[in-house]
Amino acid sequence: MSGYRLADGGLVDRATALSFTFDGKRLDGFAGDTLASALIANGVTLVGRSFKYHRPRGILSAGTEEPNALMTLGEGSRAEPNIPATTTELFEGLVARSQNRWPSLGLDLLAATRPLAPMLVAGFYYKTFMGPTKRSWMLFEPFIRRAAGLGAPPTGADPDCYDRRNHFCDVLIVGGGPAGIAAALQAARSGARVTLADDAAAPGGALRGSRTRIDGEPAGAWLARSIAELDALGATRLPRTTVFGYYDHQTLGAVERVTDHLATTDGSSPRQRYWIVRARHVVLCAGAVERPLVFPGNDRPGVMLADAVRLYAYRHGVACGRKVALFTNNDSAYGVVRDLSAAGAPLTAVIDARAEIPEACRRAAHDAGVELIAGSVVRGTHGGRSLSALDIGGVGGSGTVRRLDVDCLAVSGGWTPRVHLASQMGGPPTFDARLQSFLPGAPSTGWIAAGAMAGTLETAGCLAEGADAGDRAARAVGLEPTATPDIEVSEELTGYQPLVIPAIRGRGKAFVDLQNDVAASDVELARREGYVSVEHLKRYTTLGMATDQGKTSNVNAIALMAEGRAGGSAEVGTTRFRAPYTPVTLGALAGRHTGAHFQAERRTPMHDWHVANGAVMSPVGPWLRPRAYLRAGETLREAYIREAGNVREQVGVCDVSTLGKIDIQGPDAGKFLNRVYSNGFKTLAVGKARYGVMLRDDGMLLDDGTTWRLDETAYLMTTTTGAAAPVMQHLERLLNVAWPNLQVNVTSTTSHWASMSLAGPRARDVLADLLDETDVSGDALPFMAVRRSSIAGVPVIVARLSFSGELAYEIFCGAGYGLAAWRRVLEVGAAHGIMPYGTEALGTLRIEKGHIAGGEMDGRISPHHVGLAGMLSKRKPYFGSALANRDGLLDPERYEIVGLVSRAGEPLRAGAHVVSGPAGNPGPSQGFISSTTFSPALGKEIALALVKGGDARRGEVMYAADPVHRRHLEVDVVSPHFHDPDGTRMKD
Amino acid sequence: MRILCPCCGERDAREFTYCGDASRVMPALDAEADAWAAYVWGRKNPRGPHEEYWQHAHGCRHWLRVTRNTETHEILSVLLEGPWRARHEAKDPR
Amino acid sequence: MAKYSIFSLVLNSLTRHRHWRPAWRKAEPRPEYDVVVVGGGGHGLATAYYLAKEHGITDVAVLEKGWIGSGNVGRNTTLVRSNYMLDQTVPFYESSLKRWEGLSHELNYNVMFSSRGVLNLAHAPSQLDVFTRRANSMMLNGVDAEMLDTDGVTRLVPNLDTSPGARFPVVGGLLQRRGGTARHDAVAWGYARAADRQGVDIVENCEIEGFLREGDRITGVVTRRGEIRARKVAVAVAGSTSQVMALAGIEKLPIESHVLQAFVSEGLKPALDTVVTFGAGHLYISQSDKGGLVFGGDLDGYNSYAQRGNLPVVEDVVSAAVAMFPCFSRVRLLRHWGGLMDMSMDGQPIITKGPLDGLYLNCGWCYEGFKATPASGWTFAWTIARDEPHALNAPFRLDRFRNGYALDEKGRGPYPGHH
Repeated sequence: MSGYRLADGGLVDRATALSFTFDGKRLDGFAGDTLASALIANGVTLVGRSFKYHRPRGILSAGTEEPNALMTLGEGSRAEPNIPATTTELFEGLVARSQNRWPSLGLDLLAATRPLAPMLVAGFYYKTFMGPTKRSWMLFEPFIRRAAGLGAPPTGADPDCYDRRNHFCDVLIVGGGPAGIAAALQAARSGARVTLADDAAAPGGALRGSRTRIDGEPAGAWLARSIAELDALGATRLPRTTVFGYYDHQTLGAVERVTDHLATTDGSSPRQRYWIVRARHVVLCAGAVERPLVFPGNDRPGVMLADAVRLYAYRHGVACGRKVALFTNNDSAYGVVRDLSAAGAPLTAVIDARAEIPEACRRAAHDAGVELIAGSVVRGTHGGRSLSALDIGGVGGSGTVRRLDVDCLAVSGGWTPRVHLASQMGGPPTFDARLQSFLPGAPSTGWIAAGAMAGTLETAGCLAEGADAGDRAARAVGLEPTATPDIEVSEELTGYQPLVIPAIRGRGKAFVDLQNDVAASDVELARREGYVSVEHLKRYTTLGMATDQGKTSNVNAIALMAEGRAGGSAEVGTTRFRAPYTPVTLGALAGRHTGAHFQAERRTPMHDWHVANGAVMSPVGPWLRPRAYLRAGETLREAYIREAGNVREQVGVCDVSTLGKIDIQGPDAGKFLNRVYSNGFKTLAVGKARYGVMLRDDGMLLDDGTTWRLDETAYLMTTTTGAAAPVMQHLERLLNVAWPNLQVNVTSTTSHWASMSLAGPRARDVLADLLDETDVSGDALPFMAVRRSSIAGVPVIVARLSFSGELAYEIFCGAGYGLAAWRRVLEVGAAHGIMPYGTEALGTLRIEKGHIAGGEMDGRISPHHVGLAGMLSKRKPYFGSALANRDGLLDPERYEIVGLVSRAGEPLRAGAHVVSGPAGNPGPSQGFISSTTFSPALGKEIALALVKGGDARRGEVMYAADPVHRRHLEVDVVSPHFHDPDGTRMKD
Repeated sequence: MRILCPCCGERDAREFTYCGDASRVMPALDAEADAWAAYVWGRKNPRGPHEEYWQHAHGCRHWLRVTRNTETHEILSVLLEGPWRARHEAKDPR
Repeated sequence: MAKYSIFSLVLNSLTRHRHWRPAWRKAEPRPEYDVVVVGGGGHGLATAYYLAKEHGITDVAVLEKGWIGSGNVGRNTTLVRSNYMLDQTVPFYESSLKRWEGLSHELNYNVMFSSRGVLNLAHAPSQLDVFTRRANSMMLNGVDAEMLDTDGVTRLVPNLDTSPGARFPVVGGLLQRRGGTARHDAVAWGYARAADRQGVDIVENCEIEGFLREGDRITGVVTRRGEIRARKVAVAVAGSTSQVMALAGIEKLPIESHVLQAFVSEGLKPALDTVVTFGAGHLYISQSDKGGLVFGGDLDGYNSYAQRGNLPVVEDVVSAAVAMFPCFSRVRLLRHWGGLMDMSMDGQPIITKGPLDGLYLNCGWCYEGFKATPASGWTFAWTIARDEPHALNAPFRLDRFRNGYALDEKGRGPYPGHH
């Protein structure tokens, strides 16, 4: 093929020259070119290498269906692999590189595998690479992986940003060709909010640059008038926007390429925008794809789709060759004969497989002065990396072979409607004998297909059908359509009549799927081996699974499979069309939800103070919490031991704002809590808090925490950090589903409150200085008492509770006052030796006390496992009680919580297992360590563990087995209550 | 998916939390363990219309009893659940 | 039937591959069999193969309503691993992994099992504790496991964002080097071919419409293609379990059907050599031999038989992928689809005799089905042949929920959509 720029014609702006590079070579084009049209105009023929055999390939098409001309665009972190040159708008400085070749496109050493091609048929992987050893595949795989794949992914993070937009409309029209525009006009005229999405830069589809006349004027003028009217009617037009998927309840996904076609951007726009469109009704006018014909050597660069050759001529002013022949089996290609002549790039010959050629077609060829070779097919091609000649012979191998010198062959095997979106929200596509292709199946939701997608190939028919679809869509959304104006279209060929020739046999491979290198013989082999279902065919041969998703190959493959089958292609059927219609940039779907914004981060009101004061922050679910506040030169371990020791000896303060808080109010609130908690809540007095345990419906532990009775009908429930949302939903479920008659309301107030825990022997002294009132004595504020108070006039709730085992208070204030209150606590506490403490010290203190937390409450635990059986009331039924005592939960071999002490003083590790045997012979796991710490109170390394039949094993010596870290330590099994088991310190 | 919340109007399903099979009836708290076992672990799991709960978690927080076809995802009806159910049903003759 | 090998491939290439025979016969159903296996997916075909191979029961038919392998065996993200935590699950999945390691040889069909390693990322110290527990559980059960620190993770997966500035910084990971991926369709075809060679009838397009019963005993099935009597009927129909069991009068089971989406990108040159799972959301990602990034995440979250999902989960999963691998942002999504998951109440399957006489049930596979294919078929065949479970599948009883022996690896409770 030796393409060139025609002297005139096309929609390109010849005054604006653009330069670009392809594989490092500088080339020129014009504004309005695609990368493909510019490459052809520069005489470039070889643009890529095929996936499996590394065969030379050229540009096949002019659209999204392109299987060959895939490029890596851009460089470095902006490199984007596998982009079809046919859909890439040219801009100044564009950098394109070919792919899947080494070292260069012209000299591809990977093509050295080609002598093996006779072996590398469909399914060959399944039959070999199994020996000589069991791990042989692991030897071959790295080479196969390197040879496979297409482009390389970019290196480094994507510097561009992407946006997401929600959009609502009455009628969404997919496709801006004649049918789509006609539909949009009619729907908009009726008053509907219309959105018209089209993947091209400018609307018009096949009409762009075409010679067709509409209402007596050139198609371009009609297009301009129609677009102006649409704009005046307030329609939303989305150019460069591909609707990629049709989802439930009229939700469609689309991607708009905002700046991809620009040489430079000012950074104010996202690179791409992902649209989530909710449409009340949808009109699908996605058009049709031309099908290639399957014949030996049909992958040689220079073999192109006929309509693409036409489009390059009249849209870009580019001829695809000096000597161009046309090979067809149907009428539609004769439009190409006329148009190419008119564009000044006439054909040299038309090869038509049909013996009987309709008169209109004959006339078209005659008028154009083109030789018509009827009843013949292309039986082979010549040339190295580009086409130089054809072998032409009779259908079915008859007749003598004639050689025809050409540098480009335009091929038309008929048309394949783009049924993808319809198939995603409709029945299976149905085979149409006239088209020899599949039409959209029955809609399962509100859409209408029109135009070429519905099998109508002529412009007049598309316009009429589109207008009708627009009217129907308007009616579907409750609007009255306006009268449809009559549109007159210049004379066009209206026949079709394709001759069915699934494949022409001969020497050399006849390809069906060009990108995945699936030949007709592969399809036949699959059939021979019993892979006859269309899904088996696809999976066994990989047909249609490449980046083009088989847009040009599926129907031909189905026809091949159907050969000799009574039901034909209709019986074979199609595979299911999956979204996206064309590949979608991952970054666009992620939008802004990447990097630091991948998921919202929750911070407490005191967050900034923590960060400014040496806190090591760690994620706890969505929250960030301080693990410890490191002083200069301190390790995390030193810091938490210091912090915990200070709580035991003086006083500490901990930010507990992440605890879940639920406001529970109503006359039946007490009754409700008594059903929700496994222990009694009926007798909880106003101004008192109580620790409670709640179960799931299967009797396992859901959560624990304290609930405070603030007044007669108002309670404040606290939950663990992780269970805040599940507990809230649990309570709402019970109130809505189980007990709708209870007069109770629940509201999550987690983020309304800032909370801190003040703990240590001197906590009362700090509290006395902190609160505006003075009497905080044990009598005035006894253990488990709750009282409203204030700090410098700021209202707070103070509850005397202890998780640490020390004299302790929880102080709640409005979140907005949190930071000020926190600062005030530290200020006032300074005289009493206060230090802030983090989650590590919090853990130390509660482990010393044997309180359970996240490490123990892993969702597999019932109160019987963690020493909380006493919390299960025997006097009342409660939620979960019916299943709380199942056999497995009372099994003597169940896990029970124990304390462990490291005998040699080596630190223990959470996640180690508890075993009976020494290193080398550990025996089976008897349990696991759930939490560990150094205990400042005991001066020992301790742990909580869940051990089978643990209660009975106290006093035994066992082992903490941590084989993954190659550690095995002797431990004493003891009570989990290491420190102050009677709780005298917290109750004093 | 889109769900017509009787309280807020049609909203995207991402505002709602799926809360499972609504055809199950929770036994009384003091019912036998077997009755609870059937409730907790037994599912009809129909292919076709399925009664299920959705909570408008990022909206009015109402619980909705939705009948949805599990094969097509088509929503056949949406009713308010909970204390407001009686009033809603009185208003809506469906 | 010709053995597959490099020699047979060369030999056949000389005759233009004209002499290959069908990989399995298109069998017509006979009126009676010893065992009828309902469901021609990976598990059903493996069951039939092991019945014949291990127990000498060759009078077996596999009935498939469509084409074999049309369910989850051909729709999953192809992960194979045994990095579990519970003493019941680790041995079961490890027995499966061991079978995977020799499967291509055993079946004489290359299932392309690639032990490229499975890495679970940890993002918080508490998560590292949980992974340590899991790794130790594996090792105490004789399974390989390694804990990596952040540097180790970076070396293994250089494209991963392990910077401290990541939203969920990587603090380490659990690596099972023997885990990996396999070519999913090949597993169904390989078992089908091997079972066929043992004399098993594989009957496609043969949906069952009912069961034959004598009193409470199941004595066969009624199909679109007539009645078939059988001494034993084994059901392995994954997402269709509730419908098939309803035909036997079992109205309620501890399973719900949900949709799980899977995603594949365009083909790329090698960019990811290991399977990686994200610990702070739900995402698993690997790169296929053809070069596509294959990934998946959470269930869509509602009961569904639709085999397709919706955009919210697409967005979540893709966001996680891009957050983990910022350099994949410009890579393009090629295809996404949905599989129908039979989600059980604890995330683990049911492999059991019963619940009726003459009936055997294998279901509730949740996310675990593909990797378990060999062990599922092997233990199910054992259970059918001997009328009692093997020690490996004894814990996967139907009554474990009621009795308090759930196998809740994740600790999510009796909520199928949460596992």
